[in-house]
Amino acid sequence: MSNVPILLEMRSITKEFPGVKALSDVNLVVRAGEIHAIAGENGAGKSTLMKVLSGVYPYGTYDGQIVYQGAEARFSDIRASESAGIVIIHQELALIPGMSITENIFLGNEPRKLGVIDWTAANRMALDLMARVGLQEDPDTLIKDIGVGKQQLVEIAKAFAKDVKLLILDEPTAALNEADSRHLLDLLRGFRSRGITSIMISHKLNEIEAIADQITILRDGRTVETLNVKADGVDEDRIVRGMVGRELSSRFPEHTPKIGEVFFEVRDWNVRHPISAERQVCKNESFVVRRGEIVGFAGLMGAGRTELAMSVFGRSYGVFESGTIIKDGKEIVLKSVADAIANGLAYVSEDRKAIGLNLLDDIKMSTVAAKLSKISHHGVLDQVEEYKAAEAYRKELRIKAPTVDEGVSKLSGGNQQKVVLAKWMFTDPDLLILDEPTRGIDVGAKYEIYGIIQRLADQGKGVVVISSELPELIGLCDRTYTVFEGTITGEIARKDADPETLMKQMTSTKKMLTR
Amino acid sequence: MSRLKDLQKNLFGGTTSNARQFGMIFTLVAIVLLFQVLTDGLTLRSDNLIALFQQNSYILILAIGMLMVIVAGHIDLSVGSVAAIAGILVAKSMAEWNLPWPVAILFGLAIGAIIGAWQGFWVAYIGVPAFIVTLAGMLLFRGGNQFIGNASTIPVPEGFREIGSGFLPEFGPNTGYNNATLLLGLAAAVALVWRELRLRQTRRAMDADPAPMWISILRMAVMVGVIAFASLRFASGRVGTSFPISGIILVALVIAYSFYTRNTAGGRHIYAVGGNSRAAELSGVKLKRVNFFVMMNMSVLAALAGMIFVARSAASGPQDGNGWELDAIAAVFIGGAAVSGGIGTISGSIVGGLVMAVLNNGLQLMGVGTDRVQIIKGLVLLLAVAIDVYNKSQGRFSIIGSLMRPFRREDAAPPASPPDAEREPAKAAVSG
Repeated sequence: MSNVPILLEMRSITKEFPGVKALSDVNLVVRAGEIHAIAGENGAGKSTLMKVLSGVYPYGTYDGQIVYQGAEARFSDIRASESAGIVIIHQELALIPGMSITENIFLGNEPRKLGVIDWTAANRMALDLMARVGLQEDPDTLIKDIGVGKQQLVEIAKAFAKDVKLLILDEPTAALNEADSRHLLDLLRGFRSRGITSIMISHKLNEIEAIADQITILRDGRTVETLNVKADGVDEDRIVRGMVGRELSSRFPEHTPKIGEVFFEVRDWNVRHPISAERQVCKNESFVVRRGEIVGFAGLMGAGRTELAMSVFGRSYGVFESGTIIKDGKEIVLKSVADAIANGLAYVSEDRKAIGLNLLDDIKMSTVAAKLSKISHHGVLDQVEEYKAAEAYRKELRIKAPTVDEGVSKLSGGNQQKVVLAKWMFTDPDLLILDEPTRGIDVGAKYEIYGIIQRLADQGKGVVVISSELPELIGLCDRTYTVFEGTITGEIARKDADPETLMKQMTSTKKMLTR
Repeated sequence: MSRLKDLQKNLFGGTTSNARQFGMIFTLVAIVLLFQVLTDGLTLRSDNLIALFQQNSYILILAIGMLMVIVAGHIDLSVGSVAAIAGILVAKSMAEWNLPWPVAILFGLAIGAIIGAWQGFWVAYIGVPAFIVTLAGMLLFRGGNQFIGNASTIPVPEGFREIGSGFLPEFGPNTGYNNATLLLGLAAAVALVWRELRLRQTRRAMDADPAPMWISILRMAVMVGVIAFASLRFASGRVGTSFPISGIILVALVIAYSFYTRNTAGGRHIYAVGGNSRAAELSGVKLKRVNFFVMMNMSVLAALAGMIFVARSAASGPQDGNGWELDAIAAVFIGGAAVSGGIGTISGSIVGGLVMAVLNNGLQLMGVGTDRVQIIKGLVLLLAVAIDVYNKSQGRFSIIGSLMRPFRREDAAPPASPPDAEREPAKAAVSG
């Protein structure tokens, strides 16, 4: 391979955000005509690296050098990189649903004759581009009328319309079903045989193994290694080792679990996507939670963990299809969030700013928001009780604010998260579902939140923790379920939980149980 | 200086919204005094004050409902038309079907409830934006009014007119004043003193220091003084006049709805829905019910406003209520409500409505034509909301309160920057 010319070289790229180094000294060498995979955990810096390459973060906002086609490239924005032939296709497709395939392919790049769009030429060229990506549709079809797989192909056709030399795909198969994924991978192989270079970011290690020539592994914003798939005999296990191979220091409070009986059980849970009803988001998922137990849910982004949690929490996500919930030996039906709260469930969402808090509220209003009945008599709020309740949680959870009259928008992320925890502890739940409870929170606050979670479990509550950080799940959870594409693929006891096992289970459909 | 700060902090009660309430009330007082000077004392004369209340009570009643609609994140353009159709039906019910007027009033409220249920259904359960639903309602019910009334006017009987143009009865010894108004003023003063004392008690229960006693006394003195002045003014008009009945209806509604929005779970749910509807839903708030309720409530109040207007003008006509929606919406926004929902108070909206009313009244007393009055009102509205939008981009909330920034506490909190600073790496972390 080493005699093949280098198309792109990124040399010691460092990118800092206020307070966080997202990339430090990252190197990437891509040779012409290969498929180069970039692998790494969530937060390893893969997307940031691609944003540096494509000019989303323009030249000057990062350190290091990009050499492209033998010359140093200094892209000022995404248009500059596109005119050099680098096209990035994001996970969230950038198509206009109400426009036709042709209109989308040439959006911002319309073929013109005397300043007027030449639709005859556009349609002819569109048909040609569609043939190249294997898309058989009427070019006048609207985007919203074709499936996600075909939409992905339209995106690629759009890239070809810009005369692409380096195609970057960010999680191209995340939203696709198996047939569409296979078609897409075949297409990439076809491009390779025609000399087009691709960079692919993917969480699906089996796909990487099957298609990539080279793999660069990132971890915590650094390059770990670059592997040659054929020469190094790379398999999934090898990739996993590169991705997670870090020490787990003691970042967790000491804790001896007091685990009781199973009190909460979900059986054969099936849920469909709220908009595209053909997509099944939860497929026959079953799990149990014991009193005093912290249960983890591991999975990649898009595996359907949040969707599972929210659909259990009063059907607040998706279209419920079938499944039963059993609590304390009795079947319960939770048709609304109010039902769920009344039955002792609490859900702390992964996005506290967007859906967890009303940022206009102060601490005391936020604390009582999910159970106003507890501080009211005949529907009239008792503001003294409200104050006292909030003040008690402020002290217990050590929320850093002068008084509970402080607006929650003024708090730091860690303290906002404590307010959300207080809000749900105030509802006296038996089962708390915590979705990414430490996302965007600094290390010290994380430690405190782990302590709170452990105390809740010690009070005999069941705690479910959804997290994308494997060390967090391993350090905190008594038992961990792995989820892959809407299916629970494994159940791993604390003693067997290590990064390799978890990563393997959450990237494949093979069932494995260790107890 | 510190005493002055204490004063600003504590003059008008509450905890967090001091500066803002202070600002709004200050603005109103300033405008009143300005016109008092410009009109050579006409503004605060008894007959003018009485007329001011009678002419604006129905707009202020609309502002109460509109505040709740806007806080929930919606808008209602149909209130003028709803008022008109309720007015014509009530007038007709008395003139042609001979309903006694108290029954006719209940009939009118029922019409409001039915229309409100219709609009609430589309907004809450079908999900059509309130702007569209009520734009349709504006046409629908205006047309309905003219269809039912044949585009002509229908007079209403004597008893019914009381709710729009009536006064409290004269009784008791001849004091030279209207005794009923004086008693009302006395009751209001007692209630305010009681509320102030209770507020101190509540603050103490919250382990917070209540305002210094001298401030409480000063505040009570100022408020009792204003009430005494107003009651004497309202009581000293032409014999047979007093604080108007329509004003009493308004005051009762303001008290009831202020209590509802501030002190009940239902009221707080409206703010939660407007502040972050998804978060509210995930906290167990029944979104559809809240949206249905605010839309329905608005139409009931619009029907009431329509009846009061008909009673005052002694007849229902085809142009009743034209443009009311704009006055009500303007009052709410001038009163500090946020365009994006979740923020606003009933008392603020009433003050906002009074600012507009005094402006209107004062300019008319000065002989300014309606053309220029409209221009000035338009500019006032634009300015008030522009300040709100500007402040939001700066990370602050209040509206007229910010006009008063020089008067505010220094520690009024800088815009929240730490959460934003950590947001970017958080994003990078989740997408990496």
